[in-house]
Formats: sequence, C-alpha cells, structure tokens
Amino acid sequence: MKSRRALKNVRDETALFRRRALVGFVLILLGLGGLVGRYVVLQVARHDEFATRSTNNRVKPRAIPPARGLIYDRNGVVLADNVPAFRLEVVPEQVKDMPALLARLGQVVPLDQDDIDAFNKQLRQSRRFDSVPLKMHLTEDEIDRFAVNRWRFPNVDVVPYLTRHYPFGPLFAHVVGYVGRIDADDLQRLDADRYQGTSHVGRSGVERSYEDVLHGKPGYELLEVNADGRTQHVLETHAPTPGRSLYLSIDARIQKAAEAAFEGRPGAAVAIDPRNGQVLAMVSVPTFDPNLFVNGISQADYRALTTDPDKPLYNRALRGVYPPGSTVKPFLALGGLELGLRKPSDTVFSNGQFCLPGQTRCYRDDKRGGDGTVDMVTAIEKSTNTYFYKLALDMGIDRLSQWMSRFGFGRETGIDLIGESDGILPSRQWKAANSKQPWYPGETVIAGIGQGYWAVTPLQLAHAVATLAGGGVPYLPRLGMATSTVGEAQRQPLPNPPGATLIRQRGDWAVINAGMRAVITEGTGKGLNDGFPYAIAGKSGTAERYSRTSDAYDTNRNTAYLATRHRAWFIAYAPADHPQIAVAVVLEQGAWGASAAGPIVRKILDAWLATHQGVLPGAERLPDAAPLPSAAPAPAGSVVEDVPVSASSEVQP
Amino acid sequence: MIGVLRARMRRFAHRVMTRRRIDLPLAAGLFVLALIGLATLYSAGDRSLALVGGQAARFVLGGALLLLVSRIPPPVLRSWTPGLYAVSVALLVVVAILGEGRGSMRWLDLGVMRFQPSELLKLTTPMMVAWYLHPRQLPPGWKDIAVVGILIAIPAALIAEQPDLGTAVLVATAGAFALFLSGMAWWRIGLLVGAVVGMIPIGWHFLHQYQRDRVLTLLNPESDPLGNGWHIIQSQIAVGSGGVFGKGWLHSTQSRLDFLPEHTTDFIFAVFSEEFGLVGVCALIALYAFIIGRCLWIAMEARDTYSRLLAGAIGMSFFVYVFVNGGMVAGMLPVVGVPMPMISYGGTSAVSLLTGFGVLMSIHANRKSHI
Repeated sequence: MKSRRALKNVRDETALFRRRALVGFVLILLGLGGLVGRYVVLQVARHDEFATRSTNNRVKPRAIPPARGLIYDRNGVVLADNVPAFRLEVVPEQVKDMPALLARLGQVVPLDQDDIDAFNKQLRQSRRFDSVPLKMHLTEDEIDRFAVNRWRFPNVDVVPYLTRHYPFGPLFAHVVGYVGRIDADDLQRLDADRYQGTSHVGRSGVERSYEDVLHGKPGYELLEVNADGRTQHVLETHAPTPGRSLYLSIDARIQKAAEAAFEGRPGAAVAIDPRNGQVLAMVSVPTFDPNLFVNGISQADYRALTTDPDKPLYNRALRGVYPPGSTVKPFLALGGLELGLRKPSDTVFSNGQFCLPGQTRCYRDDKRGGDGTVDMVTAIEKSTNTYFYKLALDMGIDRLSQWMSRFGFGRETGIDLIGESDGILPSRQWKAANSKQPWYPGETVIAGIGQGYWAVTPLQLAHAVATLAGGGVPYLPRLGMATSTVGEAQRQPLPNPPGATLIRQRGDWAVINAGMRAVITEGTGKGLNDGFPYAIAGKSGTAERYSRTSDAYDTNRNTAYLATRHRAWFIAYAPADHPQIAVAVVLEQGAWGASAAGPIVRKILDAWLATHQGVLPGAERLPDAAPLPSAAPAPAGSVVEDVPVSASSEVQP
Repeated sequence: MIGVLRARMRRFAHRVMTRRRIDLPLAAGLFVLALIGLATLYSAGDRSLALVGGQAARFVLGGALLLLVSRIPPPVLRSWTPGLYAVSVALLVVVAILGEGRGSMRWLDLGVMRFQPSELLKLTTPMMVAWYLHPRQLPPGWKDIAVVGILIAIPAALIAEQPDLGTAVLVATAGAFALFLSGMAWWRIGLLVGAVVGMIPIGWHFLHQYQRDRVLTLLNPESDPLGNGWHIIQSQIAVGSGGVFGKGWLHSTQSRLDFLPEHTTDFIFAVFSEEFGLVGVCALIALYAFIIGRCLWIAMEARDTYSRLLAGAIGMSFFVYVFVNGGMVAGMLPVVGVPMPMISYGGTSAVSLLTGFGVLMSIHANRKSHI
C-alpha cells in the first residue's frame, strides 16, 4: 500500500484534476453557448418565419390507409374483395370523460367488450387528434339509430371504409384465410408508420403470408383545422400506394369440385401442377366462413366452431398428419432402383407373411396366401407388402429415411402459408429425439409400408407425388402465382425455380410409372379411368388408425366398421405419359383407399380436365376414349389461361 | 398543526444545514430548477394537476434519496462500487434475456413499480471508472484506458441493444468524463476521438433501421411528415415562434393544439422555449451551467481521487442531458430519448438524477478542508 501511495503524486494529481476540470467547464460553456446560438437562430433570426408558421399552423396531417390488394384465382375470379362499409369513429382529443361517452354511446349502438378493449388499446397508441375506430361494420339499423342521436355525440362519426369480403365464403377459408382487426400484439409487431390508419391485418392463410404484398403504403392528407382543432379543408392529398393484388395458382372451379366431392366427410385434398409447383386446389373439409372473422367473430359463433368435433378451423391439408400407408410404396420402389438395390425384374415370393429371421412375430400381406411371385411393377400394382418389407430391410432405415426425405417428408414443404406441420419421417435420429428405446429392425420393416412412426400431411404427400410425376424435379409448392397493381399492364409472375432432380435414370421413372399405371388398369384403382380420356396413374393407401393388437386378419369386412379404423388415401397424377396434375386425397374415415378416396381424386381430375375443355396438348388420348367433342362449350364469364411453362422446365419422361 | 409541522421542518433543515452535509448553492439551484420544471409541466400538460402532482412526488422521492445517499461517506460508497456495478450490469442482462423476442425491452417489472435498470448505470458506470482509477498512477496509460473502455462498453452496448441509444450515450459519456478528468493525455484523447470518428460508418451499420431513419429525417424533416419529421418541424416552429420574450406562461399554442407530440416529456423544452423565449432559454441554460460549475467546484475540493472523478463526471454528464435534449428540440440533433433534466415529465430520470446529486452532497460533506 505504501509503495503505491508513493507512486501516486497526490499534489500533482490534484493540480492536474483542477486543470482538467477547468478545461472541461470551459468546453461545457462553449457547448452550451453553441446551443444558445442555435436558439438565437431559431428565435431571433428566423423568428418571423416561425411566428408566421405558428399562426398559420392550422395544418395537421392525417394518414390515409392504402386499399388492400385483392386476391384472385388463376383466372381472375375474385377470392377476396374490398367492399364499402361503415364504422363508428371517435376523436379522442375533444372527449373529457371517455368511459361515460362509451356508456352513453352503448345505449344507441350496442358495443361489446371486445370492441371497447380494442378501442382502448388503439387509443393509447394514437395521437389525440387522430380518430380511432370503435365499432366496425355497422348494420343499417345501427347507422339509422346513430343518425337520429348524432347531435348528442359531437366527437363521434360514422365513417365509410373498405372492409374485406370473401365472396366464396367457406370455400377458400383454409387457403386465402382472413383478415382481423389489429390488436395490441399486432401493434408491437407491425411498423407503426406503415400501419397508420389501417384497421385490419392478415390473420391466416395467404392474407397473412402475403401481408407485405397486399398491404401497400399509407398516404396522407394535410387538413386545415380551426382554433379548436376541427377540420375545415383538405389542403393537400398524397395518395396512398395501394397494396398489390395477388393471383393465386388455384382454379376456383377445381377447388369447388374438390370440396363438393367430399360431401362433407372430413378429409383434405391437394392438387399440384408438377411442372411448376403451382397449387391448383387445396381443400380441407369441413371448413368455415372467413367473413365471420373480419369484423370480430361473436362469442357464440366462435364457440360453435371450436366445439365442433370435426374441427372446421383445423387446416387438415396443411397441418393434419396421417400415416401414409401404401402410398409410400412407389417412392420406396424408386429408391430401390436409384440406390441400385433392385432391378425392375427382381422378383420376390409372397406367401402371405414375412418373418424376420429369429423372430416369431411375422408381418402380413393383405391377401391371405400372398400374391405369389411379384416383380416391381406387379408389387406396386398389387401393393404386395412382402416385397416392400424386404426392400425396406435391404435399404436399412438410414438410407430409407435419407431417400424419402428428398421427397420432402418429415419437414415443412416450404409452401407460402404459415403453420405447416412437419409430419414424421421415421429415422434413428427422430426416434432418439423422441424415445428412450433404440431402433428395432421390425420398425424398418413396417416403415416400408408407410406404417409405424410415419406421419405425413396431405400437402407433403401431394408435393411428393408432384415431384415424382414431374420426373423427380422438385418445386416448392406455391399458391402465389403473380402480383399486379393498378396501372401495370402485365402481371408480375412470382418466380419459383426448380430444384435438382432426384432421378438419375429416366428408365427408373418409367418403371414406377408403369407400376402406378397398373394400379389403375389392373389393381385397386381399377375402373377409375373409365370415361377419362387420358391415362391416370395412381396408388391407394389404407392406413390403420390404431395398431393391431393381434396378427389375426380382420374377419369383419363391414365397410362402415372399417371406416372407423382406417384412413383412406389415394394419390394420382395424369396424364401418365405427360403428367400435368398431381393429386393427394385423404379421407379421415374411409374403409379402403381406392374405393373411398379414389372417386374424389377422379372428380378433381374431371374438373381439372374441364378447365382445359377436355383437351390436353402434348398428351396422348387413350384409344378407347370418346372422340373429341366438336365444340366444347367454354364456361361462361371466365377466361382460361394456360399455365406458362418455360421449355427448360418441361418434363418429358 | 401546520405550525408544528413547519417548526419541525425548520429544525430538520437547520440540522441538515449546520452539519454542512448539504451544499446550499447546489441545493438551491436544484430547487429552483424543480420549480421551473413543475411550472412548465403545468402549462405543457394542459394544466393537469395530476401530472404535476406525480412529478412532485418523484421530486420528493428523489430528494429523500438525495438526503439518504448524502449520508454515505465516499469511502463506503467506494467499497460498494464493484458490487453495485456488477448488480446493475446483471440486471441489464436479465432485462435482455426477458426481452428476447419481444422487440424492445427496457423495464423490469417489480410488481409494485416498473424499474429501468439502465438508469442505475448512469451512476454506477462513472462510479466504477472512478473506483478503478482511484488507486492507479495518473494520468492513466493505455492499459488502464483499455480497462476503463471495457468497463464503459459493457453496459453501453447492452443498453444500446435494448434499444435505447439516448441512455447508452449518457452512460458512455459519464464514464468517459471520469477518464477525461483523470488527466488522460491530450494526444491520447486526440487519437481515441479520431478512432471513434473513423468508426462512425461502421457504427451506422449496427444501428436499427428506425434509428437510421431518425438521423436521416433530421437532414430532411419534410420527408417524413407523419413520423419524426413532424416532431422536428413542429418543435422548431414552437421554439422559433417564441421569439426573444416568449408568448408567456400558459400561452404556448403548439402544444395546446396538439401539434407538438411528446410535449410533456422529451419535447417539453420546446414548450418552455415557446412560452419564455430566448430570455427564458438563456436563463435556464445559465442555471444549468451554474449547477454544473458548482459540481466541478465540489469535485475540486474533494478529498480523494475517487470522489474527485465521480463528482466531476456526474456534473459533466448533466451537460450531456441538456445538450442532447436541447439540440434535439432545436432540430440540431436526432430524436433520441434523452429527457431535459428536472423539466421533462415521468420516467425514473428525476429520481436517478437526484440520487446522483446525493453522492455529490456526500463528497461535499467530506471535502478536504472539512475533515
């Protein structure tokens, strides 16, 4: 301690500090002098200018919210529209006692607690002279009642605005989604400047994922006000930049047919164009009316939707996960070829059951006694379990999950919607993360027929079918196809570049195609092509909702009974020689994939073909197809545009 | 009743004064400042007594803390310094973790009251710097400067990340002033300032978009007529229209008609300038200069290095408040959240400022000639 004190020269240090403090003070005085100088400039030199501006300061800016972009289907059919409506607004500046005002107002126009809460939240966020919306979408009765009592409420006004309307109601609820009133959480998240004056924001579906495109940029007007702050004139208007309109790749006609085909039975269907990833239809049944949500859904309506056992708010296409069952077989067979584990001509003898060496428990074929000797095409056609049990074992779980992940199983497909489920792709890693047990060989066996841990969403399966149908070239599934705005002659397409192909040899693809084609001509899907002029390829899947507790075959063949136990899948693409549409359909309560889900697929294909007037350029018509109708009547009032596909991305397997 | 109370108050005041704990000129300066603040707030807040009462309550709380802190001898304060610094930085980290994913987070909710840990750092950062430099050979060499730099940078970076650029600047300058007063060689100061100026383009990269917008808006207020540009234009109109003698107390029109946003908090000085004119501005700034000068005087009379550096740094950082807020109101500096000390309404700023002056009172009470 002593040595340190000796080191410190206290006297010098004190003197140094004094000098520094003085210099510091002089610098501070200079700084304050500079500040005063600035005030001299403002208050003396420019006083006249500012005094004039102050007395003329009767001008206030007010934000003008931009009109939200519309949403169309691929042919320009309006799916989300802006329609005029009226709302109640309060200018908080002049109100002394807000609760009392709201109480008096509530006697004229009924206000529920949700309105008042939202109003109070927004009140805190806005400037006092900005009017704050209190109640949206007034009914005519409410407008009339307020008009009579208007004199009692000098600070309250009925203001016209544009509200969102979904003309198709429930049909697009799970795709387009809906907008809702901006609440306190949104205010934290959103850019306050961009959302000045805006009352609604996208809550779900495309409305949410394309919020940035649809919203636009607010403008403002300069208002001249009197000494009390009341608006006298509008001096200047700077128009807002409206949001861009969005064209979806969905075709409303296909969407409508797909939804109708379910006849209200819970399930989902997704149709994708394999040449570009565009989603042509995406339905989840049952559904709900998105218009209910726009101006705040009533408690009763909301409770009805949430307590419905079929969960209409649940987007099955995007979030529902189901075991894929036999629909994985074509993908697995392709893996066998690509990984060099199988040749198309390699055969397997199916005798009705398959046993792992050294284990007493065996795995069944669907048909008692088995399918006999099958090669790859026959195994796909007859859905021979033994063939795929062996293939899965030869492949091993690591190669199996790695191969299947290339089709997008086990993770989000990356569609332009928020809230996708990952599903489950069985793998050692997945099991290690979710269970304490090690991986058992038996689990590899059942993974080969889409059972066990497997779980896929209808969207994932449709995406995988599209990738397969497109010759192994993956595209991200896309709903947004193009945008446009007023004054732009052309739609701006939203690009969606292809990924690298999964298939090394075109011959491999042809084998799988032959197998899936045989499913339709000879196998479970027999009859599905009747009357359809182009070749369909497909595969059924019947997944068990509950694991079997015994090895016994189901003796009860009653369809209604089986429907409670099974999920029915059907995947397909068409035309088989030149695929232009890929479809996956799941029916939550279907006895058998082909008989329950197959007809839904066919109705989607019919509707799709009708949008092309029954003619597909580049594809071969089946020989037994009816001759071309001489003049196919075009649906009235809509223009059919063919999908623009660049030559390089065209797939000609 | 009132008589008894008044007698008791007088006795208390007498005791406080005779003990010479309180520096009368400084206390008087602060008192006058508080009165001006309340009067301005009454006008700016639309004659709301609730607002004035709330602010007065803060002054009373701050005054109580001032008296309390003034009783802690500087050596004791010095021994507590590392602990106080560590705790306040830890609280900043807690806020940063709690605020994860919520965009902006500055507050710690204590249930009874919300409390902003960054306020603590305005005091504990210069304390820590003074504590570190106290036993060392002064003027400091590069090694000590580097250590001090780190001691300042940790809290400043955490606060800037919140994001609260204004408070970060206050904390950093308070620490830097302690270093300046320790006698850091001019050529080293020159080098460091040069380096900081050279870093500005890099720092720009780290600013949030809204912070950049604020700087850009300053250059061209008309570009943002709905946001910050509006603040700047309206504030300048208020100040400029005040002229030399002002429009008189309670006669500002800019805030009354709601043209001026934040007119009780960050922009209250615009109301003051409009009502009291250049004369009022000069008088108020002279009062601030007097308080700063008195702080430096107390620092010069202090007994040891720690007290000296701390007192000087607290006094000089008072200048930063005035300069940054005054410059912002006059459209000279970007809009950052720095209040005009003792005038702006709300927050915990008045309380933390008065606590800082409590430290000065304690240093004054334990000055050299008075042991």
